[in-house]
This record gives sequence, C-alpha cells and structure tokens, in this order.
Amino acid sequence: MYDYTAFDDAFVRTRVAQFTQQVERRLDGSLTEDEFRPLRLMNGLYLQLHAYMLRVAIPYGTLNPNQMRQLAHIADTWDKGYGHFTTRQNIQFNWPKLPDVPAILGALADVGMHAIQTSGNCVRNVTADHFAGAAADEIEDPRPYAELLRQWSTDHPEFQFLPRKFKIAITGSPHDRAVTAAHDIGLRMTTQDGAPGFEVFVGGGLGRTPMIGHLVRPYLPIPDLLPYVEAVLSVYNTLGRRDNKYKARIKITLFETGQAELTRMIEERFTELKPLFHGADQTLLANIRAAFATPTLRLAPTGAFDIAKADPAFRRWADTNLSTHRDPDHAIVTISLKAHGETPGDATSAQMRLMADLAETCGYGELRISHEQNVILPHVHKSDLPVVHAALSKAGLATANVGLLSDIIACPGMDYCSLATARAIPVAQELALHFRSLKLEDDIGPLKIKISGCINACGHHHVGHIGILGLDRAGVENYQITLGGDGTEDAAIGDKTGPGFAYDEIVPAIERILRAYLTGRTSADETFLQAYRRLGMAPFKAALYGAEGEQDAA
Amino acid sequence: MSRSFTPKVVTANRLREGDVVYLTTDDHWSLTHHEAELIDDEAHAQIRLLHAAAQKLHVVGAYLADAKSGPNGPEPVHFREEFRTRGPSNYAHGKQADLSNV
Repeated sequence: MYDYTAFDDAFVRTRVAQFTQQVERRLDGSLTEDEFRPLRLMNGLYLQLHAYMLRVAIPYGTLNPNQMRQLAHIADTWDKGYGHFTTRQNIQFNWPKLPDVPAILGALADVGMHAIQTSGNCVRNVTADHFAGAAADEIEDPRPYAELLRQWSTDHPEFQFLPRKFKIAITGSPHDRAVTAAHDIGLRMTTQDGAPGFEVFVGGGLGRTPMIGHLVRPYLPIPDLLPYVEAVLSVYNTLGRRDNKYKARIKITLFETGQAELTRMIEERFTELKPLFHGADQTLLANIRAAFATPTLRLAPTGAFDIAKADPAFRRWADTNLSTHRDPDHAIVTISLKAHGETPGDATSAQMRLMADLAETCGYGELRISHEQNVILPHVHKSDLPVVHAALSKAGLATANVGLLSDIIACPGMDYCSLATARAIPVAQELALHFRSLKLEDDIGPLKIKISGCINACGHHHVGHIGILGLDRAGVENYQITLGGDGTEDAAIGDKTGPGFAYDEIVPAIERILRAYLTGRTSADETFLQAYRRLGMAPFKAALYGAEGEQDAA
Repeated sequence: MSRSFTPKVVTANRLREGDVVYLTTDDHWSLTHHEAELIDDEAHAQIRLLHAAAQKLHVVGAYLADAKSGPNGPEPVHFREEFRTRGPSNYAHGKQADLSNV
C-alpha cells in the first residue's frame, strides 16, 4: 500500500492547520457563513438535515488496518459509534460537531487520510475496482495509476474551480466492477501488442441526465495517462457550461459539442501538453508501483477450507461472498454490510475494529471499500476462511448475500441528506426483510437493486437491474422504478416502468416484478437481467400496473 | 393580505452542533417544533427571517418552512420538515433520542 511521503504528510497537516483557524474564525464571527461555506466544503464538511456530515476520502477504496481502526476511533470519540461507507468509496460521519472537526481531520492526518476534494467542483476521490491487485481476470493492478491521478489532481491549481465536480474511475480488469461507464472519465485497462494501456471513456454520469461514457481513445499508452487526462480536463474547463449547474457536467459538454469534435479538441490539447511532461510523472509512477506490489502470498495446504464446507452456513457464505483470487490457494472475501434490516453500508466501530484485526491476521494487512458499500479482504488464504467466517459471524458480519437481492445499494436519502426528495434507507431495509420472510432471495438469484433518494443518483439507481428513485410528488414520497440497468462493461441505463408508487406500495411493487420474473424465466439459470433483456418491459409492466394500468401508463 | 399565505415557522441549524432549531416568539431557538412561533402574516415572516439570519453566531441557513396549527403548537406540513423534527428513521439518533432524555 502507498504510505504518505513527508511531502504528503506536510501538505495534509498544513491544510488541517488552515482549516482549524478557519473554524475558529467562523465560531468567533470573523467569517460569515457565506465566506465559510466554500472553505468547509473544500474539506468535506457538509451541513445536512439533522447535523453536519464529514465525508472522508478512501482513495481507490484502499485502507490499511490502522486506518480502519482510526475511523473506528473517530466514530467513538466524535460521532455516534458508526460510519457510513458510500458508493464513492468514501466514509461519511453523520454527527460531527463543528468545533470538533479540526481534531477529526488531525486524527485522519495521523494515519495518512483526509477529506480534501470530497466536495466542490474539483476532481473528486478517484475510485477503482475493489478487487484490484487480487482479481483473477486482471491485466494489471489499477491502483498505482489511481494514486498517480490522486497526487496529480490534489490541489491542482488549474482544476480547483471546474464548471462542476469531476469523477474518475479506473479498472484493471475486463470485467468492470468500478462502473467506469458512469464517470466523467472511465479508464479501462487493455493491451495492444502485449503492452498494457487504457481505453478512455468520457462523458458518463448518472444524475438528472444519465449517460453512458463515450470511447474517445481506444488505446492510451501508460506514459500518456497524465497528459491525456489533463487534456480532457483542460478542454472541459474551457468549454464546460458555468451558466447552468444542471448542464455543467462534461457529459453535457460532450453531448452539445459532439463526440467527434470533443475528441479532436482533446487530442489537439494533448499534443500541446505531452511535451511538457518530461518524465517526472513516470519516475513517480515507478515509485508508486513499488508500494502496490502484491504481498508475498503464503504457501500452505487448503484442506481446512474443504472440511469447513461440510457446515451449511459456511458453505452458503463461501458460495456468495467469495470471489476468485488470481492465486488458486487464496480467495477474495466480500464482507457484507447488508445484514437484513440494517442500513446498507453502515459499520459500527466494533465491526470496523474486527475487520481491521482480520485484515491484519488473515488478510496481509489490506482492506477495500466497494462502491457497492461492502468491505473486502482482497487476499485471504483458503485455510484461513473458516476462522474469518467464524469471527465475522460473531460480529453480525457474515451475511451470505453478496450479489443477491438484499445486497442493496442505497444512498442516505432523506434520513440524512439535505438534497434528498424521499427516503432510501428504510426502503432497502424493508425490501431485504420482506424477501427474507418470503424465502425467495436464493430462488431469485443474482440481482442488483439500487436506490436513490433524489435525481442526483448517488444510489446509482439508473444502473441497477432494478432501480428505485425516490421523489417528492405533491408533498408525498413517491418511488419510480427502472428496469434493466447495468453497471458493468455492458453498461446500460434502466428503462422507466411508468408511474411511481407510494412509500407503502413500493415493496409490493418490487415483489410483483420479481414474481413475474420467476414465472417468465426459462430456467433458474436465467438471471433477472437476462430475462428482462429477452422479455422486454411488457410482462413486468403488466405485473406492475395490470392491463388497465398499462394503458394509462403508456 | 395573508388570505392565501400558508403559515410559516422560522427554522435553521445550530452553528456549532448542527441541530435543527425553531425561532420562538420570545427570540429563543428551540429544539421543539411545537414551541416555534407560527407566523401567519407574510410581512412579519420576512421580518422574523431577517432577524434569524442576523444571528450568525448561533444559527446557519435560516429559512421559512410551511406549518400549521395543532393542539400542542405548530406542526410541520411537509414530510421533510416532519423528519427534521425528530431525526433519521434508521436509528434512534438526533432529537428523537436527545429530547426524550431531557
């Protein structure tokens, strides 16, 4: 893992000292709220519905055990004993008090963490495949490039006041687990004549106007990464609309300028910028790469794993929560933060400490946060899996549901967020509990339900197999459903079913959709998404609205 | 003049803690919606909002929220304001916990 250099440490501590004084000046009245607001947002501090919220970056979702323990310490000392992991691979604390925030930022700096650029119109936390460095299908670990981008974009003087926020995601695997198509820039590693490089997608994004990214460069050699990304940002910074925040993202710039013309402008700017990079970035990259070397994986018999499979609870968990590691004697463990009835993405401080301990004892000191709001132990020797499972079980962390119905993404919604138009968390909780009581979750099989509490789509509802969007319709919570979304390499935006459903109607509506799927699928091997692609909207619409309602909705 | 005016309360968040508060008739900030001043005159509402916005050392983001009269005092009209009176629905945190301990 990358450890802060003296430069990084000094930079972050300087920022903490600056913000400490800014908070003091706000509290003594020297700064007005209008003056203070942009300063607090630059440091990840929002004012939400019931309290302040501090959003802390977890760069490319990678944490070490000490960092996880420090997050637990922060949760206990200055918050309410838990944290919320988000779809941006960040963690949010929902109850900090303004006078305490400088101390929290100091505690983060102690473990090489910060909240810089987790808000505002700048390059945000670079996200990555949560299986990076471990996945069997990987071309290369994408995190050194993510770290290079983090360093390049942090406090980049040209890109602190972009037209709007800017999100970059990167994957090293052909199977896209990082939803790269829904980012302002999506980088997917590929090879040309055996040399690794990137496919570059631009202009993806969800929110009010969902769009799938366009391929602007089919192959970008690795040494060209920074000049090319800088060229994209530079063109966007010039062209991007500042007159209307709803049209300010690069997806709109691309739409209005045209893919061909925007690509031409990016390439033109790239030829200007490329000679200005004299290789310092490549020297830096070489150093960063060394920090991400795969740990020395141990050689040991895996018999304990095979014996443990006799236990049905263990076997069920192994079937759903383990993924193929590139070393056949190891596995990737996904720890579900989706216990039925609990809040998706929340972990208590005790759970954080346990996960840190397991990472240390059985996981080569590595933890990951996924955009699906789970925690990953990327390298676990198979003989350690029974011990890991037993420890997780005691802490309420062994829910065997990864990739199933109850592994729901949900934004904080109107339980916390001041932008939300409806609640998301209780809908996720009720869906999980309802289908558990029906005992249908296993039968339904792989399914991604994603819930957002407003059109900004933090809950990624557009790319959910079933997406749920909470709206305020004439002063009442109303939930709109989309079907057929997909966040992988086959990315697609879901289709709206028709009129929305009231809060107490949404769970029965989802049940009707899923019963239509169970009836209409060719066999248990055909997933919901496959069935939807084959059958289209009609049978689901009929199930939702009935024959009469279908006409009304048309 | 105020025939079509929906009554309002002045609400904001406390600067230091972030708690949701309501402006009372006697110029205090209360955690309880029922204790808010229910304003049924538009001009008076603007004056009260200006008064609230001037209290920069105490509150942030003051605004007028629709409200109605109830048996125990003003009640929120919109569900967002109702949530703000108590806290999130997934945990007993915020005012629903803090006020019950008072």
